[in-house]
Amino acid sequence: MSPHLQVYAFELHMAISIFHRITGVVLAFGVVALIYWLAAAAYGPESFARAQWLFGSWFGYLCLFGWSVCLFYHLCNGVRHLLWDIGWGFEVERVKATGLAVLAGTVVLTAASWTIGLSI
Amino acid sequence: MKMRSALGRVRGHGSAKSGTDSWYAERLTALALAPLSVMFVAFMVAGIGADYDALKAWMSSPGNMAMAIIFIAVTLRHGALALSVVIEDYVHNKVIEIASLIAVKFGSLILGVFAAGAILKIGLGD
Repeated sequence: MSPHLQVYAFELHMAISIFHRITGVVLAFGVVALIYWLAAAAYGPESFARAQWLFGSWFGYLCLFGWSVCLFYHLCNGVRHLLWDIGWGFEVERVKATGLAVLAGTVVLTAASWTIGLSI
Repeated sequence: MKMRSALGRVRGHGSAKSGTDSWYAERLTALALAPLSVMFVAFMVAGIGADYDALKAWMSSPGNMAMAIIFIAVTLRHGALALSVVIEDYVHNKVIEIASLIAVKFGSLILGVFAAGAILKIGLGD
């Protein structure tokens, strides 16, 4: 095997890159959960109540919170990837700045969504 | 040393006109998902799904129903393409790799049709 990840010193922006993939895979499971919830509603009030109980439990909230973090992270970093695809933001300083913006955006969007969502 | 010309060496190895389809589809679905996922977050934050009757009423609007189906369909396409790349990168056993790729294709199609049926039932059912 040729020299690969092990020859590089760990760096924050490597983590930001691999987390795009990790959050994407986690979100794939989230879509399955979303479809389960839709199906529960389609099968009628009893099954819907069961799904609501599941997502309303502490474990359900934990999963929903985790998926919301992954969604906002993947959304912010996804926009960053699309900007790279049109050729913008390859300079090292800009890569670092947008990487930090992704982290900040994730925190702000997650906090704002849950604050508004729980107060409605 | 190869005596053949550059053209002779590449001939017969396939055209260079295609092969970017899945790469492009991944980006195109990402572009669509940026506004769609913001709409999904708004739906979740507004708590429309908390009440059975409120959910049915919301889904009975044709525009909302269309958006729900489009969101699920585009998400599954985006996810299936991406999971395929992840599998191709990390699964090195050829049999498991191909089986996983088939499972992702079949699974995403089944989930998509099932979800569309569920959404139609919620919105149109009595």
